Amino acid sequence: MHITSPIDAEIIEKLTVGTRVLISGVVYAARDAAHHRLIQALDRGEGLPFDLMGQTLYYMGPSPTKPGQVIGSAGPTTSRRMDIYTPRLITAGLRAMIGKGNRSPGVKETIKRYKAVYFATIGGAGALLSKSIKQVEVIAYEDLGAEAILRLDVESFPAIVANDIYGQDLFEQGKGKYQRGKRNED
Amino acid sequence: MLGDDVLAALKQARKTEESPLGREVLSQLIDNAKIAQEERLPLCQDCGTAVVFLEIGQEVHINGDLNAAIEDGVRRGYTQGYLRKSMVNKPFSTRINTKDNTPPVTHIEIVTGDRLKITVMPKGAGAENMSKLAMLKPSDGRQGIIDLVVRTIEEAGGNACPPLIIGLGIGGTAEKAMLLAKKALLRKVAEPNPDPEVAKLETEVLAQVNALGIGPLGFGGRTTALAVHAEVMPAHIGSLPVAVNLQCHSARHKETVL
Repeated sequence: MHITSPIDAEIIEKLTVGTRVLISGVVYAARDAAHHRLIQALDRGEGLPFDLMGQTLYYMGPSPTKPGQVIGSAGPTTSRRMDIYTPRLITAGLRAMIGKGNRSPGVKETIKRYKAVYFATIGGAGALLSKSIKQVEVIAYEDLGAEAILRLDVESFPAIVANDIYGQDLFEQGKGKYQRGKRNED
Repeated sequence: MLGDDVLAALKQARKTEESPLGREVLSQLIDNAKIAQEERLPLCQDCGTAVVFLEIGQEVHINGDLNAAIEDGVRRGYTQGYLRKSMVNKPFSTRINTKDNTPPVTHIEIVTGDRLKITVMPKGAGAENMSKLAMLKPSDGRQGIIDLVVRTIEEAGGNACPPLIIGLGIGGTAEKAMLLAKKALLRKVAEPNPDPEVAKLETEVLAQVNALGIGPLGFGGRTTALAVHAEVMPAHIGSLPVAVNLQCHSARHKETVL
């Protein structure tokens, strides 16, 4: 399914776990250190470097851009490390996230309550994923190097719905389907 | 660049994986390796901590500052090679990027002979973060080791970027067990330990890990690990140190002998 980011609320309602999507439009890249600063800004009641309302965050810090290319390798980092910051950002308007790996119960609950969505993409496929990024602009925290916030124009960026507004979880479902008997009775 | 052994293991896994989504992911990883090679892009944006292993022949005499030379090599490699600089100072507080990916983590061993072997392993954080050390009791034995690995992989789920290569270090002391586990990752994928009893343990651990159903990137499937590599050494009468060092599918290392 082709979708456009920022993603409309009606579209988010249609996104159920396991749906493959190709995302086009604008997403913002932010990882650990950038999240820390965003939360500090919220704590101090300051404005954020970009309008978070309805936006999509991609947990990613690219490798350096070679001459003649748009971006270096650009795959997802582990989302779990952002879990401590995420409910606050969703409350402040964030509606979609792209990363790798599962989320905490708290994040899943917030996704459900605020009608947001979490997409998993292909961890370790940084070269492949870089081909879906068409334009890059550093918009904040340039001093953080690979952790600066980037505005990315993406085209048909591949991902899969991992947590939806209905409380479903791709990782739990996938594992449940292929698990072979319990190893212990515990 | 992905080694031929890892690529072959991914292709083999694509044939045997039962989950359609799992097969799709494995195909994307194989495509990723092709794009990375053609365009000389890093396979993964996480170009890791530079882990450097040196085996120095005892007949070798080195002029100059060896540690400075290693550090300089890492600095030049990461800068000129457009690799991501991921090292931060004061990791417990300010976390300011060192901007050239130094310092490396270096392990030096003195061996016989007159050669110098250098192995560089860029180690990504996703899998390293999910690694584990346990000081088991001697009575925990073989089953205790299997349970520890299975628990570690279950906890890691999709975060460590499966399919994994699992380095398992058994024996020695706390730090030695982890070094054994890390060195085990340098072995060619799925090449068994020469000791048949250890090889049997590797096979059994692999089967149990792949029964977990985690699958490629945690989306569900049979291919959670491509291989288990175990290295064993004697331990104290009161100890059974066991280390699990995880390697994601982006398993990169290169060696050269001078």
